[in-house]
Amino acid sequence: MVMVRFLRTATLATLLLAAKAQADWQMNLTPGVTEVSEDIYGIHMMALWVCIIIGIVVFGAMFYSILHHRKDKGHQAATFHESTKVEIIWTAVPVIILLSLAVPAAQALIKMEDSSNSELTVKITAYQWKWQYEYPNEGIKFFSSLDTKSRKAGVKNSGIDPASVEHYLRQVDSPLVVPAGKKIRVLITSNDVIHSWGVPALGVKKDAIPGFVNDTWFNIKTPGEYRGQCVELCGKDHGYMPITVVALDDAAFQTWVTEQKTAMAAAQNDSNKEWTKEELIEKGSKVYATTCSACHQAGGQGIPGVFPAMTGSKIATGDIKAHLDIVLHGKANTAMQAFGNQLSDADIAAVITFERNGLGNSVGDMLQPADVKAAR
Amino acid sequence: MNAQAVHVDHDDHDHGPPNSGMRWITTTNHKDIGTLYLLFSLLMFFVGGLMALIIRAELFKPGLQLVNPDFFNQMTTMHALVMIFLAVMPAFVGLANWMIPIMIGAPDMALPRMNNWSFWILPFASVILISTLFVNGGAPAGGWTMYPPLVLQTGASFPMLIFAVHLLGISSIMGSINIIATIMNMRAPGMTYMKMPLFVWTWFITAYLLIATMPVLAGAVTMLLTDKYFGTSFFSAAGGGDPVMFQHIFWFFGHPEVYILILPAFGIVSQIIPTFARKPLFGYSSMVYATASIAFLSFIVWAHHMFTVGLAVEAELFFMFATMLIAVPTGVKVFNWVATMWKGSMTFETPMLFAIGFVVMFTIGGFSGVMLAMTPVDFQYHDTYFVVAHFHYVLVPGAVFAIMAAVYYWLPKWTGHMYNDKLGRIHFWISAVFVNILFFPQHFLGLAGMPRRIPDYSVQFADFNMISSIGAFGFGFSQLLFAYIVISTIRKGKQATDIVWEGAKGLEWTLSSPPPYHSFSVQPVIK
Amino acid sequence: MANTQHATTQHYYVPSSTIWPFIGSVGLALLVLGIIRMLNQQGGTILLFMGIATLIYMLYGWFGEVIRESESRTYTRWEDRSFRIGMSWFIFSEVMFFAAFFGALFYARHLSVPWLGGAGEEANTHEWLWNSFSAVWPTNGPANVGGSFEAMPAWGLPTLNTIILLTSGVTVTWAHHSLKIGNRQNLIYGLAMTVALGFLFVGLQMIEYSHAYHEMNLTLKSGIYGSTFYLLTGFHGMHVTLGAIMLTVILVRSMKGHFTASNHFGFEAAAWYWHFVDVVWLILFVFVYWL
Ligand code: HEA
Ligand code: HEA
Ligand code: HEC
Ligand code: CUA
Ligand SMILES: [Cu+2]
Repeated sequence: MVMVRFLRTATLATLLLAAKAQADWQMNLTPGVTEVSEDIYGIHMMALWVCIIIGIVVFGAMFYSILHHRKDKGHQAATFHESTKVEIIWTAVPVIILLSLAVPAAQALIKMEDSSNSELTVKITAYQWKWQYEYPNEGIKFFSSLDTKSRKAGVKNSGIDPASVEHYLRQVDSPLVVPAGKKIRVLITSNDVIHSWGVPALGVKKDAIPGFVNDTWFNIKTPGEYRGQCVELCGKDHGYMPITVVALDDAAFQTWVTEQKTAMAAAQNDSNKEWTKEELIEKGSKVYATTCSACHQAGGQGIPGVFPAMTGSKIATGDIKAHLDIVLHGKANTAMQAFGNQLSDADIAAVITFERNGLGNSVGDMLQPADVKAAR
Repeated sequence: MNAQAVHVDHDDHDHGPPNSGMRWITTTNHKDIGTLYLLFSLLMFFVGGLMALIIRAELFKPGLQLVNPDFFNQMTTMHALVMIFLAVMPAFVGLANWMIPIMIGAPDMALPRMNNWSFWILPFASVILISTLFVNGGAPAGGWTMYPPLVLQTGASFPMLIFAVHLLGISSIMGSINIIATIMNMRAPGMTYMKMPLFVWTWFITAYLLIATMPVLAGAVTMLLTDKYFGTSFFSAAGGGDPVMFQHIFWFFGHPEVYILILPAFGIVSQIIPTFARKPLFGYSSMVYATASIAFLSFIVWAHHMFTVGLAVEAELFFMFATMLIAVPTGVKVFNWVATMWKGSMTFETPMLFAIGFVVMFTIGGFSGVMLAMTPVDFQYHDTYFVVAHFHYVLVPGAVFAIMAAVYYWLPKWTGHMYNDKLGRIHFWISAVFVNILFFPQHFLGLAGMPRRIPDYSVQFADFNMISSIGAFGFGFSQLLFAYIVISTIRKGKQATDIVWEGAKGLEWTLSSPPPYHSFSVQPVIK
Repeated sequence: MANTQHATTQHYYVPSSTIWPFIGSVGLALLVLGIIRMLNQQGGTILLFMGIATLIYMLYGWFGEVIRESESRTYTRWEDRSFRIGMSWFIFSEVMFFAAFFGALFYARHLSVPWLGGAGEEANTHEWLWNSFSAVWPTNGPANVGGSFEAMPAWGLPTLNTIILLTSGVTVTWAHHSLKIGNRQNLIYGLAMTVALGFLFVGLQMIEYSHAYHEMNLTLKSGIYGSTFYLLTGFHGMHVTLGAIMLTVILVRSMKGHFTASNHFGFEAAAWYWHFVDVVWLILFVFVYWL
């Protein structure tokens, strides 16, 4: 009785859910938009069908036996218990099946691992918890992190319905932009812990290992937007480290490259000028919000035992040299990374000034970009 | 098989020394120690399950409702550690303690004092491990795989994690040495190796896996410790090391570990199916060889957990082929079980239901394993919920169902009380239904690209997550029924017969239910 | 089959209940809690010493009991076989423990260091991250971690230590032989020499470490070379110390007249362990110091 009721509730719940199902859900692997991802999809489907067929045969035999060879049907037990012949058969047959799966898999793999003859190189560096994309030949370099809408909605009990945020947790502020129809070589490394760069539609997943550079490649057939996420546990915000790849046609890509170069030149100027304290605090609060608040929290309160508070911190209210030092160089074996190679002189000067004069601190001193440059 | 001269020493009480706290702390009796292991494991199953329920509750719908991301990661990590090291492994060791001496006609385990020590390290280790939840900074949150450099960012709980693992390792190594010595040295006259029940065989091989791999894990975590506190550079490129090196060492342990979690289960199922099919196990010797082959292969497949770290193509190919090969001996086992049922005279009491559930659902988990083994496709599956679905199929309706089957099978023997079989069957059916609601949709989530170890997810994953969470709560609460059945059977119940099950064969059924405190003080002769 | 040797009526000694293992667990727990607190900089020294004291008390009590049983002929060949199996597989587990560290050494020497230096599959690593690094062994890595250092040469103290350990292997075998032919005097001499050589080895190892730290700047922090060097030799040294303590106990027992020519498993267990430590050293000498 209990069981029946349980079953009924469960079925009901399942049906209800299926009825309200969102339009965009997906049950199977994506065939993707590259030749590699299509190969993978093919092998996946083949393996799936092989398993289903073996399953039908094995479970079929078993359930036949369960239905017919039962005591309450008066079936008498046979006494056989050995046969070298059948043992050999059911060793050999799976071997053959497995070989027929392994051969195409091996072929696909060899193709995937060959990143030669690429037309564009992109270098990806993973940080806790954002990606840095660099185009070494074009001289472009920028960070890509979770967009602010998702970040706000994703805070615990934010009161914002995730369904109202477009591409919730799958949208970034500045996506990786690449030309479609070109073989793109990707170099992947990390600045802190292991991350993994994975985009299903491209059939790519590669770990970012600190101190080592991995490479892989993709060649997107059709322009469009493709999404993925960091797929290796990398700490607190591992779930908040999305990837968006935008594939443009050639002309649009060239335009984008030019725009990026102009923007980078403008940012360079910031580090050469003299700033007022108010300007620094203003800019610093932005840098803090995007770069530091993931750990030290928006109000500077930190997370006890995990991330120290900035408010009242001995370092943030003490000697400014030590403060600059930890921000520039980080601290080994902790999540506090060296921001010297992520932020510009102006950014660092600004965020330090902000930490000392905001977040409940009021030390009163400030730092100029030139000071940061000198300390590097 | 035939047992003669079942005889109880006159100075032994049938029920052992009086039931005081000291009895359990100081006992050297294999049954007492087995009971301790089993009860401990039951408790830990609920602790680990509670953590799983916290995970599933948070994942019920998109957005963060209950926990913060950091705590979520702590739950994932601790759930796995507790389930593997404190629930499933101790349960198997408990079964080994109870059953191996009885099944081979031995008076006790070969090294009874050490047996006590193996158990009593466990509670201390688990207190250290679980209390990390309460220290400054919380429990370890780097995943049960403890990959550096992430795990090196752990705070005050880091050394607690490392030393808990060390202690658990010591306990397992001593336990396995004992099992090996018992099997090699304590078999009754005439109980040749090829006459041993399969549960004994599978444990014999499992014990070797443990002895060969637990010290390697100990070495790996020791290197983590020195990297964090003593400035060594094993896992840091700057000093000439490599974070991936940890993964190689870890999985050299980790892959055999998953077979440690399944081989005894194979043994249990190989005991139960013949009993209820009333027909001898089909292909006994090929079962033994298959088990040995699985164990051997398990040492040369570890890198299938690391296909995406950037291995050389040759290495990826080798590990792909070797991994796929494991399907062959495992298939032999599955086929032999089916052949044992074939033309039997089957009945479906609770243990048999769980055993059949095991065969079906373990095989499903095995299938997804073979899919994962294919390197190019693993690039898509890796670290998504497809993997989570895979390993829960082999671990929950696999290992855990087998443990439950074993408990239902031998509980009347252990306690002398028969449980309510109808209640047991209800427990099976609701568990079987919910476990599929729980884990089957996770395949879809994984294929659609949902990464594992995330506290919040994109809206497109919402439906299957909700179904899965409903399944989790259903499955979790059904286990309260299991606890109820076990505890009430220990306390009271209809007197069980010695043979308990009509078709049961083997030395354990020649003893009374419950068996005398010292099983075979005088060894039977096996013809 | 070995089993058919003993009749059905043979009795296997199952000890009655014992408190020692539980005390051992308490000792272990105190010990690791002490270390944990020390690493977290929360004191812990007292806990550590309490742990060690408890463990010593436990070993004393537990082995005392076993020795009494052994000397009162409680054990037959049947129990003896269990002990042998147990000790052999325990040593095997120790072998696997060292295997982890040797694995790390080989991995670093043949894979990670060459990669960082630009060889093979990982060529990008060198090109993009460490392009001034060239792979040579010994190394402290591309970041010159811990500052430049000198590697430990094989010819010198380590060679002397090799000779010492090999000699101790001979002396312990001589002691064993003497025990078997009933020459207790030589048994004691042999054991005493073995123990002395063992502690001499440990002492020289300390001198070597001190030299390395103070004059060669070779420390735990000296990159992967320092890491593998100290962990391998350090754990080996700890095992030598343990083995020497075991042999000391055996020596004391021999002087008290324990063991007989045919029944002396305690001696053999310690001797096996000693040989294991010896073999590990040889491998270590070849791969850590020499090649
Ligand atoms: C009890 C535990 C258990 C068992 C038995 C298995 C069994 C198998 N596992 Fe699984 N596995 C885990 C526990 C287990 N696994 C865990 C815990 C993880 C994740 C760890 C982590 O990252 O946290 C994991 C992860 C894992 C991965 C890594 C995935 C990834 O991270 O990307 C892979 C890849 O190859 C894999 C493969 C296999 C294979 C091939 C088997 C095979 O042994 C299965 C063999 C069985 C069958 C195939 C079914 C029966 C056979 C037949 C009926 C014959 C005919 C069949 C064919 C010809 C196909 N497993
Ligand atoms: C043997 C091992 C084992 C077992 C039995 C289980 C059992 C379960 N596991 Fe899990 N699991 C792992 C091993 C195991 N797991 C591993 C190795 C990982 C990977 C970790 C990592 O990524 O590092 C993992 C990860 C994992 C995840 C992914 C987390 C993530 O990636 O973030 C999820 C999510 O659904 C999950 C769910 C469950 C559920 C719902 C159960 C259910 O079967 C549990 C059943 C529930 C109960 C039995 C609870 C009963 C309790 C009550 C009814 C409350 C009453 C309470 C008291 C009386 C105290 N597990
Ligand atoms: C990935 C997490 C993370 C991010 C992002 C981060 N920090 Fe930190 N920070 C830490 C941790 C962890 C520590 C503590 C290190 C230790 O153990 O001493 C720390 C310490 C500090 C300290 C010293 C505080 C004290 O009292 O010890 C300062 C100052 C600081 N961080 C500034 C910053 C600034 C500025 C940024 C952004 C540009 C930033 N942090 C971003 C994790 C982070
Ligand atoms: Cu970055 Cu996960
Ligand atoms: Cu595996």
